[in-house]
Amino acid sequence: MLIFILRRLGLMLLTAFVLTFIVFYLTNLPPNLEKLARSEGSVRMTDESVAAWIEQNGHGGSVLLRYGQWLGVVPGWTRVDDKGVPRGRCFAAGTDPTAAPRYCGILQGNWGHSTFFRGPVLPNLAEKLSATGWLMLWVMIVMIPSSLIIGVVAGMREGSRTDRVLSTFSIATTATPEYVSGVILVALLASPVTGLSPLLADWGLIEGKVLFQGAASPDRITFWSFTLPVMTIALYGIGYIARMTRASMTEVMTAQYIRTARLKGASFRQVVLKHALRNALIAPFTVIMLQFPWLLNGVVIVETLFNYKGFGWTLVQAAGNNDINLLLGCSVVAVFVVLVTQLISDIGYVFLNPRIRLS
Amino acid sequence: MEDLTYTAILGRVIAQFLPVWIALVVTFAVSIAFKRRLGLYGKLFDSPVGMIGFGIVMFWVFTALLADHIITFDPYLQISGMKNKPMGTVLANAAEGQYSHFLFGGDHLARDVFSRMVMGAREVLKIAPAATLFAFMVGITLGLPAGYFGGRLDTGLSFLANLVLAFPVILLFYLLVTPEIRQTGIPVVLAALLFLFPIIFLTVLLNARFFTDPMKRNLYVGAVLIIGAWAYSGLAFNADPLGVWTMSPNMLNVFVSVVFVNAPTVFRIVRGIVMDLKSRDYVAAGQTRGEGPWYIMLWEILPNARGPLIVDFCLRIGYTTILLGTLGFFGLGVAPDSPDWGSTIDDGRKTLSMFPHAALVPALALMSLVLGLNLLADGLREESLRD
Repeated sequence: MLIFILRRLGLMLLTAFVLTFIVFYLTNLPPNLEKLARSEGSVRMTDESVAAWIEQNGHGGSVLLRYGQWLGVVPGWTRVDDKGVPRGRCFAAGTDPTAAPRYCGILQGNWGHSTFFRGPVLPNLAEKLSATGWLMLWVMIVMIPSSLIIGVVAGMREGSRTDRVLSTFSIATTATPEYVSGVILVALLASPVTGLSPLLADWGLIEGKVLFQGAASPDRITFWSFTLPVMTIALYGIGYIARMTRASMTEVMTAQYIRTARLKGASFRQVVLKHALRNALIAPFTVIMLQFPWLLNGVVIVETLFNYKGFGWTLVQAAGNNDINLLLGCSVVAVFVVLVTQLISDIGYVFLNPRIRLS
Repeated sequence: MEDLTYTAILGRVIAQFLPVWIALVVTFAVSIAFKRRLGLYGKLFDSPVGMIGFGIVMFWVFTALLADHIITFDPYLQISGMKNKPMGTVLANAAEGQYSHFLFGGDHLARDVFSRMVMGAREVLKIAPAATLFAFMVGITLGLPAGYFGGRLDTGLSFLANLVLAFPVILLFYLLVTPEIRQTGIPVVLAALLFLFPIIFLTVLLNARFFTDPMKRNLYVGAVLIIGAWAYSGLAFNADPLGVWTMSPNMLNVFVSVVFVNAPTVFRIVRGIVMDLKSRDYVAAGQTRGEGPWYIMLWEILPNARGPLIVDFCLRIGYTTILLGTLGFFGLGVAPDSPDWGSTIDDGRKTLSMFPHAALVPALALMSLVLGLNLLADGLREESLRD
């Protein structure tokens, strides 16, 4: 077991290095750096001064060396510019270079300067991540119990009418990406001209013009502002996890030991709760964990749609404004989340499944 | 002339889709009449779910093909006074021969939402099935040997596939589909790499079957190589001497990224199926006869894996449609006034709470197409499990 975890960890680290290098390479392509030079320096720079700016600000030289500096395993660059002022990666222009540390990359906690936030990347990113954390917490609270219940109830009696109805619902939600369900939910529940809101307002049942808010903010988390974004992300996941749970439940319900339990006289209720459920929930655990990368997508779409200033919104802004350090920071977080959930799902699967654990 | 009621709008929309209804009725009549002779496709008409799914999918396919006869306005035409107008608004002063109403209203640039939705079907169906097919070619060509031979090859390829899968899709799109990256030529390199796989696949496929009969082999493989090289030069490098095969840089960028995202999942599915099937007796029989490994993979294992692969193909077209919509939603890689569904949803969401129809119409269209593909896949799965 220990060797298994160590091997997985090693593979994960290797993957993390390769992935961050790919992201670093793609964000630091020459055209991106030129764009950065023109937005930081001046729009009317000549090609020579753009090249000089790139060189002066430590974006020249080999990609591997720059990646090492960014990571913090290669000493940061230092240079004296044409005005005689020492400049470098690890200290601000004009301060004493000898007092600065030699290495300053993300391993040392220096995630660089964000041109979009006009400040360091790390605290800003942490703040946005906590905003997204609240959103995800509510998504999980809604998504996991409801999808498991739908899946178990549908899979309990395969082919029954309940099963048909719930399966159709699951298929319909998996066919609805977040940007579609978000638009439909807003039109139905948060628009003053269509859907339910004008009706309810006419009858005097709601005070404002709309039932739910079509925008959300991390500062004010209320039922009325959070319902739509949470439902939008959760709906897609509910369908998918419910289908997986149903498949695993139907498989378990046809197993020999379930028949034995029925034959010895246990009630259907007891069979489902005591015998089937535990075995049927092993597969959905993996699925829920592997669903995280897709939830990350949902977060980006929903935060854009509902203008919720969290991690996904930050990623879109970073990419749209060519903020290289911020985009790199977002990528590190995203890659980390994906790899850690993969690791947890692998280990959890082995841990939960006695057939694999004991062999 | 007055604005239309919702019933009148519905009636006129149904009438406007007349060519599609005719095509659908003909398709269904012919298919049901000959369903016993059509194999898996014919069996689809035994399952109600499959038939509904097939009907929805074919509705959009025919809409895309016959779009020119369905649209009521040029999808790019802006008509003054029609900005954000609700569904069924009458044109203030319609010219001679011009359609009298905006059936589904006007968008924020005073264009007809109905015509843009119809044209959007063409934009989506132009890319999604082809990109899925390419992803399958890549996934099958790499997944077969990985599953069959195992060992180092499998470890290496699986590591690469997991690497791509560990990227959150949106991040990958933001990195891969940008105007800057088009300057560096990375999409062309990726295209050159990915577009090789269909040629390799077909060459190996035909060579493995016919290498005992050099005349036939030379004819088939030669034809594949000539046509393949011709299409390859046009699609990957935009250098087709005759100008038949071309792809705009934007489109190439989108196409390549979507193939790149989909291929690793197909690879994993194929690899899993092959590892399961390679212990079967007919594989052992082939090995005893002295067949080559590629013959066994392509002509013994692959045909037996077709059931799950066809089902996944349908599901994956739906997934690709969702991915294309995501790209449009973030305004990546498509022309800003393109009528594809993702971009129109993105345009419409800015005025969503006041004028929901502009975003709602393409959103429902996209949802119905993906739902149709999912139902079709479900029907196919049910029917292919039956035998």
